[in-house]
Amino acid sequence: MKLDIILCGVGGQGILSIATIIGDAAMAQGLYIKQAEVHGMSQRGGDVHSDLRISSQPIASDLIAKGKTDVIISLEPMEALRYLPMLSLDGWIITAAAPFVNIPDYPDMKEIDSQLAQLPQVIRIDVTAIAKEHQIPRCANIILLGAAQEALGMDYTQLEMSIRTIFARKGESVVAMNLRALALGRDYAKHHQTRK
Amino acid sequence: MSQNQTKKILVLGNEAAALGAIHAGISGVYAYPGTPSTEVTEYIQGHPLAARRQIKSTWCTNEKTAMETALGLSYTGKRALVVMKHVGLNVAADAFVNSAMTGANGGLVVMVCDDPSMHSSQNEQDSRFYSKFAMVPTVEPSSQQEAYDIIKHAFDLSERVGLPVLLRMTTRLAHSRAAITTSDIRDENDFHFPENPQQWILLPAISRKRYKKLVNLQFELGIESRKSLFNQYINGSDKHMGVIACGIAYNYLMESYPDGCPYPVYKISQYPLDRTVLATMTSEVDKVLVLEDGQPFVEEQLVGIMDTPISVLGRLTGALPRTGELTPDNVLAAFGLETAPHFYEASHIANRPPALCTGCGHFDMYSDLNEVLTQYPSAKVFSDIGCYTLGALPPLRAIDSCVDMGASITMARGAADGGLHPSVAVIGDSTFTHSGMTGLLDAINVNANMTVIISDNLTTAMTGGQPSAGTNKFEAICQGLGLDAAHLHVVVPLPKNREEIKRIMKQEIDYHGLSVIIPRRECIQQLVRNKKQQPTTKNQ
Repeated sequence: MKLDIILCGVGGQGILSIATIIGDAAMAQGLYIKQAEVHGMSQRGGDVHSDLRISSQPIASDLIAKGKTDVIISLEPMEALRYLPMLSLDGWIITAAAPFVNIPDYPDMKEIDSQLAQLPQVIRIDVTAIAKEHQIPRCANIILLGAAQEALGMDYTQLEMSIRTIFARKGESVVAMNLRALALGRDYAKHHQTRK
Repeated sequence: MSQNQTKKILVLGNEAAALGAIHAGISGVYAYPGTPSTEVTEYIQGHPLAARRQIKSTWCTNEKTAMETALGLSYTGKRALVVMKHVGLNVAADAFVNSAMTGANGGLVVMVCDDPSMHSSQNEQDSRFYSKFAMVPTVEPSSQQEAYDIIKHAFDLSERVGLPVLLRMTTRLAHSRAAITTSDIRDENDFHFPENPQQWILLPAISRKRYKKLVNLQFELGIESRKSLFNQYINGSDKHMGVIACGIAYNYLMESYPDGCPYPVYKISQYPLDRTVLATMTSEVDKVLVLEDGQPFVEEQLVGIMDTPISVLGRLTGALPRTGELTPDNVLAAFGLETAPHFYEASHIANRPPALCTGCGHFDMYSDLNEVLTQYPSAKVFSDIGCYTLGALPPLRAIDSCVDMGASITMARGAADGGLHPSVAVIGDSTFTHSGMTGLLDAINVNANMTVIISDNLTTAMTGGQPSAGTNKFEAICQGLGLDAAHLHVVVPLPKNREEIKRIMKQEIDYHGLSVIIPRRECIQQLVRNKKQQPTTKNQ
């Protein structure tokens, strides 16, 4: 088994907490992992990404080669497209739908949406709106993780267990909110997949 | 027996080295924060065994004080770790190069994280040149596990040969996580003085003798490299090429050949270069490809300045890009292997550079300064290293230079000497105590016609909010250096104080002489961290 994931977004959006949960789930299943992160200057509102590699065999490179990424998980739609050449031709993009506009020359959203729509395997999900509607505003990233669960091929129960482990010391209500977020994401993805 | 011995833990390359250092029995870590090296010291600061052993780990004012303090600890026979980013070694260079002359008593490891591709740095200098220059051994791990293992080896090596050892790491390993297993946990060293105390007094007569000894030691260091378990010669059947893979480059090589590399491979994780193994390889193959993250350090040594009978491929020949870090893709291309089929580049992708946070005090300071300076078309602003360097970008475009730690004040003074007015320096609080104070003393002593802004956010913000050495002492420092109190102002950079701040800035720019203005407001990231207080996702 081999799974190469790019997690991306804007510095401060919280891609690393998604990585932590996936990483914990992989470790719990006895898999090898390597996870290259971005620390430092870019974290101040710049574009950030993390290469997360999971395998049943030892992993050599900390970085994923071009065209080898199985799933891009992005908290921002333009950021998902930034890493497009890294994606395998049969790979998935799971992206938050709402743009994060902190630059003056952010492109026309129609351009971004139409490019995403042309790709074979994409799930666009408005995690911010769903989080707001269900009154779990700080769980948007876990909704996105839920939406990616099937594309990742990761065991749902294992992800639930990792959420319990990681959020345990923040209290039962935080755990419950995040479990709910995971389920909301998964259910959305079931009904809104595009596969051409 | 520790339960750690069987447990796998998921750590960054930096954390693996930090844990290795604790388990190697260090008594102190000395460092100034700098990406990509910061997590080493932070990990030790948060580790229970380090706390139990009372391992010294308070941040130092700069890399030079860190290096010298570690050398002092080594003098007493204890093991010492120093950590910095590559450009920090420039600051520590005097102490580092001369520590090869004094030698080490307790094991002394200088861990330096290089930043090829300049993710968070102003250059991509390769620290291996420094250790060759100082004539000390270098180790360069290829993986997180090796980072843990090699630092213990580095402490042993340091004590065996009586020299400091440089541990070089690059960004990708420093900031990448993998699971490691730990081994034995050693005790700290007992206090003991150096065998040859005279060697630590670098008077010319003593230094000349010691230098000869250091030169003669190089042969032994070559043998150490040959015997090192971290260097490996792996034979291959296809002799039309040999591959030298240094540090993390070995991983990209293995990624390119998942079923094994057909060429002979020399994996290098310890220097100085061992000529014997290199001679064996070059006699067997038609050409050699050198894979190294950073500058062409090994490649240049192989080629020398003359053409050699063996052809050497690498960054100098275009087999790999001359600048920037190694990637799985540029290593694949160096072997002439195809990348996997992939999608095109998307269009309409805008750059998203980092920016000052919303609500940042530096932003208010720059906005006020920009407005004042509209009345002075010849004004130049010399800035420095930190979050406030982001003042270079739109919409502020507020600064004219950023060179090295502390250069704002000294450059502004030089420009004032040249007749520039207004000559303004902008420096952060932590950078000021790191390397700004001596320059300010120079400027005060000639009453240079310039304005210094110490933008104080009460923390070392860019690297994640480490304590800043001068907090609550800046007015006293400036006055202690001899600044006229009438030209020292402290303001709070908030929009509501804008008119007052602009008035003070204008008044001090118009004053013919040296002034210091200290806009002081806590970093808003730090404010959030302080509010959250305890529960963080810190290491165990």
